[in-house]
Amino acid sequence: MNPDEVVLEVDDLRTEFFTHDGTVHAVNGVSFSLRPGEFLGVVGESGSGKSVTMMSLLKLIPMPPGEIVSGTAMFDDIDLLATDDTTLRSVRGGKIGFIFQDPMTSLNPVLTVGYQIAESVRLHTEAGKKEALDRAEELLTLVGLPDARDRLKSYPHELSGGMRQRVMIAIALACSPRVIIADEPTTALDVTVQAQIIEIMRGLRERFNTAVIWITHDLGVIAGLADRVLVMYGGQIVEEAHVDELYSQPTHPYTQGLLQSLPRLDQQGQELTSIPGQPPSLFEPPSGCSFAPRCPHVFNRCLEENPSLVEVGARHRVACWWDTVEGKAR
Amino acid sequence: MTDTTTEVVATRAAHEEPLVSVRDLTKHFPIMKGLLRRQVGAVRAVDGVSFDIYRGETLGLVGESGSGKSTTGRALLELDSPTSGSVKFDGLELTTMSNSQVRSLRPRMQMVFQNPHASLNPRMTVASIVGEPLSEHKAVTNSSERGDRINELLTMVGLRPAHANRYPHEFSGGQRQRIGIARAIALSPDFIVCDEPIAALDVSIQAQVVNLLERLQNQLSLAYLFISHDMSMVRHIADRVAVMYLGRIVELAPVDVLYEQPTHPYTRALHSAVPVPDPKLEASRGRVILEGDIPSPAHPPPGCPFHTRCPVARANCAHDVPEWRELKPGHWVACHFADESGW
Repeated sequence: MNPDEVVLEVDDLRTEFFTHDGTVHAVNGVSFSLRPGEFLGVVGESGSGKSVTMMSLLKLIPMPPGEIVSGTAMFDDIDLLATDDTTLRSVRGGKIGFIFQDPMTSLNPVLTVGYQIAESVRLHTEAGKKEALDRAEELLTLVGLPDARDRLKSYPHELSGGMRQRVMIAIALACSPRVIIADEPTTALDVTVQAQIIEIMRGLRERFNTAVIWITHDLGVIAGLADRVLVMYGGQIVEEAHVDELYSQPTHPYTQGLLQSLPRLDQQGQELTSIPGQPPSLFEPPSGCSFAPRCPHVFNRCLEENPSLVEVGARHRVACWWDTVEGKAR
Repeated sequence: MTDTTTEVVATRAAHEEPLVSVRDLTKHFPIMKGLLRRQVGAVRAVDGVSFDIYRGETLGLVGESGSGKSTTGRALLELDSPTSGSVKFDGLELTTMSNSQVRSLRPRMQMVFQNPHASLNPRMTVASIVGEPLSEHKAVTNSSERGDRINELLTMVGLRPAHANRYPHEFSGGQRQRIGIARAIALSPDFIVCDEPIAALDVSIQAQVVNLLERLQNQLSLAYLFISHDMSMVRHIADRVAVMYLGRIVELAPVDVLYEQPTHPYTRALHSAVPVPDPKLEASRGRVILEGDIPSPAHPPPGCPFHTRCPVARANCAHDVPEWRELKPGHWVACHFADESGW
């Protein structure tokens, strides 16, 4: 892996939704880069902007009311946010695959799964009908669906949740994309099925060198999967670090609070440490730090100025005015 | 929990009358077909579960979706009448009681629901939601007493008396769950069924609600049936844990035993499937990955319900139903090979 090579570079992305109740500032200046073959975890609570960020990259947000107010997203020398619809369509599903949370609503209920996988293959490659179906069978075997040939004729309702999610992964993989964006792919599944899907992703990753962006609210799921993790809060990235460093030396007070509030299977539980207060309202553009009202280290500057990401280690960035390592203001 | 408390939990059965005692509880939902809506089968949502809950303790009930944990909670409180079996609450048999008799016991047994958006009436103010059980069961005599009690309850769950005249939509998910909890404790119950009370909440809010539930338990010496699919949260809050699979309890033990020396293959697989928020540990630990999905409760497999996915199933598992037996005091399991270790 060339350390300087980048497959996707996002800079200052801002997405807003203009609703009847006011403007929702869903994404407030997000910048990150993704290397080829890298597994990037994105953690945040509902409303932290993690899904909207990734959807915005391929303009998959409803527009209107949504609007990408500013930013660039460079992928293969194309700015995804500025390019025309035809180019974007060839990227979606072709070079960037998507896996959504709920496979029942993202698969077409009146088409067989074989047709739906083959459709994706035929749209983005020169393959004929027969060839595409063979490829579909191959993909289903790859994601661990038994009797793949027979399964091609199944409709989504005939499959269980875990099997449907495997079909979604097969569709995402269909054109050997360079990036797969997975939006909470295991949230709707039971833990034993989630473990199956995680195991498949682990195997596929080693085999294909596809970069994966895995969006989740579960800090446990990505601990064993990701190389690097972005923590999002209030539409911004508040911390970015290598996975080992994030879990062993979390630097942002929000990341620290999140990790402390988890009961752990491998540790004896005492009183849980909770983060007081509520997630921020996104109707106001952030004036200060959006975590300030819940932060144990808050001081004047946090309420006046929104901190931007600063380097605190090798590829470890944090957006906070308080230096939690030194115990003083930055 | 320390070893001594584990022993206390384990030997409690011998000395104390349980508050809730469930024996062979079943709840089957009929499947109707055809013009005459004849019954052609049944979904065996709960298929013979037995357990006790003691005063002031928390029994965790874990399992995957479709395993029957919520149905157990509802059948227990007579919200859905059980098909058969016995439920004793403080020595009184609930299943044979009339509705009005059960109603008279309602103040002592309450429920907190999963979805705080759906379980609160959007047209009622917080005061009327929390105050409704007080008026229904004539727990207060006049409106000033009622108002005082509502304020007291709101303070107990970490809300302000000023919130009383607002509507549910003005609150966040975590605050709504607090309102639901205030309603449940309004009549000073002995027992609350908490049906996935934190599943719909954000991670940073879950800890707040769990801490609140624990604090109230200490203050009011409540007993909880804590239904959840979150193994790590159950370990934190429960004294004893029951694991459900396909309508049956497959293992029940004090929390430390269940998490450190699980004997049922399904319990072990569940533990192994839960991701640990520690990259180093995740990289090093072994995994038991189950194949396939939970079978349909309309057609449960014969023999041991788990044999279709069990990594150590043998020939007789497919036709012999494993006996529900006490392996050690307080540690119950339903598996033919539970006493063989080291697989």
